[in-house]
Amino acid sequence: MSTVTFRVFRGDRNGGELKDYTIEVQEGMVVLDAIHQIQAEQAPDLACRWNCKAGKCGSCGAEVNGKPTLMCMTRLDTIDTSKPVTVRPMKTFPVIRDLATDVKWNYEANKKIKPFTPAPNTDWIMFQEDVDRVQEFRKCIECFLCQNVCHVLREHDEKTGFIGPRLLVRTASLEMHPLDVENRLDMLKNEGGIGYCNITKCCTEVCPEHIHITDNAIIPLKERVVDEYYDPILGFFRRLFGSKKQAQAPSSGQAADD
Amino acid sequence: MESYTIHDYDVLVIGAGGAGLRAAIAAIEQGAKVGVVTKSLLGKAHTVMAEGGMAAAMGNVRPEDNWKVHFRDTLKGGGMLNNWKMVMNYTKEAPDRVRELERWGAVFDRTPDGRINQRNFGGHSYPRLAHVGDRTGLELIRTLQDHAVKMGIHAHMETTIYRLLTDAGRVVGALGFNRQTGDFLVFRAKAVVLATGGLGRIYQITSNSWECTGDGFSLASMVGADLIDMEFIQFHPTGMVWPPSVMGILVTEGVRGEGGVLKNSEGRRFMFDNVPERYKGEFAETEEEAERWLQGDRNARRPPELLTRDVVARAIRKEVNEGRGSPHGGVFLDIASRRPADYIKKKLPSMYHQFMKLGNLDITKEPMEVGPTCHYVMGGVRVDPDTQATNVPGLYAAGEVAGGLHGANRLGGNSLSDLVVFGRRAGMAAAEYAAKQTGSYQVDEAQVRAYIAEALQPFNNPQGENPFALMKELRATMQKNAGIMREESELKAQLEILANLKKRAWNTSVSGSRAYNPGWHTALDMRLMVEISEAVVLAALARKESRGGHARLDYPDPDPTFAKINHIIRRSSDGTLTVVAEPLPEMPEELRKIAEAKDLKELSDKVGA
Repeated sequence: MSTVTFRVFRGDRNGGELKDYTIEVQEGMVVLDAIHQIQAEQAPDLACRWNCKAGKCGSCGAEVNGKPTLMCMTRLDTIDTSKPVTVRPMKTFPVIRDLATDVKWNYEANKKIKPFTPAPNTDWIMFQEDVDRVQEFRKCIECFLCQNVCHVLREHDEKTGFIGPRLLVRTASLEMHPLDVENRLDMLKNEGGIGYCNITKCCTEVCPEHIHITDNAIIPLKERVVDEYYDPILGFFRRLFGSKKQAQAPSSGQAADD
Repeated sequence: MESYTIHDYDVLVIGAGGAGLRAAIAAIEQGAKVGVVTKSLLGKAHTVMAEGGMAAAMGNVRPEDNWKVHFRDTLKGGGMLNNWKMVMNYTKEAPDRVRELERWGAVFDRTPDGRINQRNFGGHSYPRLAHVGDRTGLELIRTLQDHAVKMGIHAHMETTIYRLLTDAGRVVGALGFNRQTGDFLVFRAKAVVLATGGLGRIYQITSNSWECTGDGFSLASMVGADLIDMEFIQFHPTGMVWPPSVMGILVTEGVRGEGGVLKNSEGRRFMFDNVPERYKGEFAETEEEAERWLQGDRNARRPPELLTRDVVARAIRKEVNEGRGSPHGGVFLDIASRRPADYIKKKLPSMYHQFMKLGNLDITKEPMEVGPTCHYVMGGVRVDPDTQATNVPGLYAAGEVAGGLHGANRLGGNSLSDLVVFGRRAGMAAAEYAAKQTGSYQVDEAQVRAYIAEALQPFNNPQGENPFALMKELRATMQKNAGIMREESELKAQLEILANLKKRAWNTSVSGSRAYNPGWHTALDMRLMVEISEAVVLAALARKESRGGHARLDYPDPDPTFAKINHIIRRSSDGTLTVVAEPLPEMPEELRKIAEAKDLKELSDKVGA
């Protein structure tokens, strides 16, 4: 057993300060355990959001020694505890209190994305190799750490014309679904603001689910937008033969009820 | 005077896990104006943690499977105490509910011919669980969340319900508060659906998140709803045991479904020695036969690691008690020597990640250490098997908070499909009921004011106790006296402890503001947790036998008298709880034949799918 000092942000959207709490720590503890111990023993009104404590729900994102991370998956033995450990809320979102931030913007921006729209009369046959990519995107636990580090949102606060990496991943999961026939390229280009992303890959670095956000989701979507709106030759063929997305729709006439 | 805002709905759904979201979708489809209240953010409810899969007899992997085999497996696993009609509704409907999720965008793992793949799990005779790696719950909740958003769901996030409101014996709404601000809200609703999940937090070692404080059971019981079978608590056999801070976190049964084996410190696969009489002949008798099963030999029987959870949990406890446990008080779960590393990472990615990150252990190289963890409650609010209506008009319940489907023990994988089958039924019935309520009803303002005052009391009680310390005491004593193995003296001692804790739960002290104040939230949670703990202990005392999730040291065997009864836990007008034994509903003869079938081929061949 040893003692560690945690320097925790206490305050609300009007501001606040870092406060020191020193606690006894045990082998195997994670940062969230330390926060809970502080709550139980020293500061019962210390606010933090959490649910599963196993890296599955994405509730407890915070910035530990400046690094955005899930508190439940950050073991104390992976950080320097010889000095006070700083724990701050995610910077990109307004603070509600202490470590809990107001993330409802993400839920609002999500509504810009047109929902899953399956091809009519599909037989619902999909092969594993065709859904692997989509399943990668669907691993997202909505911790919003990628939104938190994206400089478009974090430094420039561009929350009206840009949906951020999380929602680009969600769009990719729909666009690349083998049976989806909706077209979301116009949204991506305009209110989705995919052009703002300049591929710095900060989002990919912090993703606790190790989703290749930039390489597998954003870049392919950017390519589709470019093909759709900026490629004169493809544009010519499209006008001749109809859009790519529609051509992909299965033509099978089998009943949907199997 | 304290102010509050008023929200009017036809149907108020409390809880936004699988059952709550599915109920909301169903009620919206019926044309009802629906509000959903959730203690967390959307998509974070405990459903998100479900790993292994959702059971439905689709027959995609084994065409012999059908609802009848699923019906038989579920009743057998539940010690025959299940409500047969719920089991019938459930097993018949589950495949449609899974397909519906796919149509709403869920992307399940596939069979080689491109259909939804199904995996093996404990107590299921055939591979039956539709799954996505080991994150099926995430897929389920995200799909329902997206679909609910598409339907225009109105969600009150981070809002806690403090009490249900009644008028002349019927439920007409609820009083809650916004956790972010501490402001109170009155919901006026013609019907209320409880979808509040379980009560794992009354135990010290649990796989459940902070939300699972048993709110729904207590809220329902306080307005006169009957509870059923509350003695049956599922201790999942495989929770993490090391390091201490992660004790109880779930290790999916999928590990065993994919071939993982349990060993004691002597390296022995002890489950071969622990096959109960009722399952004799259905499981492999040698390691060699179990190995052939894993290789796909359809003439080989399944390994005994895939016995039901109650059986496996007790066997693990026995190994540990008799000195054959692992260094940190569990047993070994080994997948590393059974499957290639790539396969493990593909099929069990979050288990790999979880052990690597939290336990410094590579499960593709070393065995895990595991032990029982409180996971689920089979009992719950008693409901009508078709509509999920409780005995209180206007109040419905679905998902874990409802009782009856699982009997004495739930099969793994039967929970996720329970949520969508009965969430839908509850939402439809609640909307239908609401549409018929044309007369006026009153929300009693004096009552609302009184509830608000008592909810705020911990702020004005400087000499009261620390709510966190109180909760710790509750959880430790429930674990010790009403945990996986029970006996009369300990249960009686726990009743006295609870009587004491009940008083103290109303004498807590909290500081700071009302905005996002975990101390205050804990103080209010405690008031409900002591109530439901008492119901569990009373029912456990009354059942003088061992069956499913209820094991008594003083009555170690099943007793035929208790095989015929459910326990109803009822609150009398003075607030005290009593346990009433009620005979099981009579099962029609043709269903009894299915339930008691010895030879599965009979169910597949004679009656077809």
